[in-house]
Amino acid sequence: MTNLYREHILDHYRNPRNQGVLERADLSAQLDNPTCGDVVRLDIQLGEEKEEKRVQAARFSGQGCVISMAAASMLTEWLTGKTLTEMAALRDEDMLAMVGAPLGAVRSKCALLPLRTLQAALKQLPTT
Amino acid sequence: MTTNSFNVEAIRADFPIMTRKVYGKPIAYLDNAASSQKPRQVLEAMDTFYRNHYANVHRGIHTLSEEATAAYEAARERIAAFINAPDPRGVIFTRNATEAINLVAYSWGRAHLSPGNRIVVTAMEHHSNLVPWQMLARSVGAELNHVPVTPEGRLALDELERLLDKRVKLVACTHISNVVGTVNPIREIVARVRAQAPAARVVVDAAQSIPHLPIDTQKLGADFYAFSGHKMCGPTGIGVLYGRPELLETMPPFLTGGEMIRRVNLMEATWAEIPAKFEAGTPAVVQAIGLGAAVDYLSTVGMEAIWAHGRQLITYAMDRLSELPGVRMIGPPAEERGALISFLVEGIHPHDLSQVLNDEGIAIRAGYHCAEPLHTALGVGPTARASFYLYNTREEVNRLVFGIRKAQSILLDFL
Repeated sequence: MTNLYREHILDHYRNPRNQGVLERADLSAQLDNPTCGDVVRLDIQLGEEKEEKRVQAARFSGQGCVISMAAASMLTEWLTGKTLTEMAALRDEDMLAMVGAPLGAVRSKCALLPLRTLQAALKQLPTT
Repeated sequence: MTTNSFNVEAIRADFPIMTRKVYGKPIAYLDNAASSQKPRQVLEAMDTFYRNHYANVHRGIHTLSEEATAAYEAARERIAAFINAPDPRGVIFTRNATEAINLVAYSWGRAHLSPGNRIVVTAMEHHSNLVPWQMLARSVGAELNHVPVTPEGRLALDELERLLDKRVKLVACTHISNVVGTVNPIREIVARVRAQAPAARVVVDAAQSIPHLPIDTQKLGADFYAFSGHKMCGPTGIGVLYGRPELLETMPPFLTGGEMIRRVNLMEATWAEIPAKFEAGTPAVVQAIGLGAAVDYLSTVGMEAIWAHGRQLITYAMDRLSELPGVRMIGPPAEERGALISFLVEGIHPHDLSQVLNDEGIAIRAGYHCAEPLHTALGVGPTARASFYLYNTREEVNRLVFGIRKAQSILLDFL
């Protein structure tokens, strides 16, 4: 038994956190995985801090398998309160650890789709 | 051969992998449309050849090379007989069905098509019988048209009739759909093409039909057939293009280099006769011999019996799946299909279904099955697919049904 559908994953799938869209997002991106049809959109609103801005709100929307949707939900929880530097430093292994289930090569792409969406959103920032 | 003489337990005993367990459960391999398992007769034929007869073909004046050449050419003859091809020279060994179709597109297509000509494909094609024609159409300035698919997963043959005229130079069609399982009426399609577009050549993607169905290429009447060895109990790395020799003889080479030439000087070369003209470089000798052994194996079991067994399994599977709440089957009724079924389980992504089934030792395919346009035409996203072969059983269908129920109980909220 791979035990992929462990309780915390199913909990995020059934009761997604931060699902929705932000009308006034500072960063947003949408990516799909053409081999399985999964789509993830991410909207991020930054706070008013003068120095280092932190994520005030993050929302995800889209459609897909349990893994991609649960990972998106987990990512938005993690994002809340993070700085741009912290977001940019999030690596594949961090995202996979967040999901916390043994994923093969194919299913890892499902878990990494929300991270790829975040990375696409971060690219919109003007380089200073 | 009657189905009574078809002994599935004896067949399973020929396939070493059937003793494999996945997560402690016996493997139920239901992904045969992607690739089939191999009987020991095929594995042993290749092993024996490597151990006792191996050398390059068509070159050495020595015993091993002569034995290797004889075995390689004998495999060609057995494959020709298997599809009732009158002349083994029409059997070209390729890497797979994809390469076979590309051979026609690059060689015949570029030599014969010009701007204003038309290529007709169907909306049911695997990407391997679609993308090469897109590339060809673009490179020669031809128009690409497609025969649509009805909501039931059948070809809209009236549309084919409307599309066919003297500008059509090539018609490419799958024999059995790898997604909806539909068996297309190739003889009827060929007859319409001959009547309305006499200059057009017909290419049949037989990758899903030749492993399952007794095929008589002369009766079907098309010009080219492409298929892969690995879907018919043979090894990977070997496929076949069968073409009528008189056509192949007029075609320029596809790949060039050694083996396929007659004379070479520093400035130019002349071509060998077929089939060598289309087999540049050292061929997949051992894999061709493995495919020859696969054809022998399938013939011994009997293609009529294999087809009948697949028909029984698909009928049983569709009956059982229809009893499950939330399961939607895609494509025509069982009477019109080969041994495969694509379906959706309401509320469950096919990847998740496949993952839960894997925990039960059941291998299915999930996704677009390399036929994204067909999914678009049918208005569905990715699907789950179970595909059967000679070694599958009703018991495995029962396990599939049980596994789907288990996925539903894990992943859906039943309030």
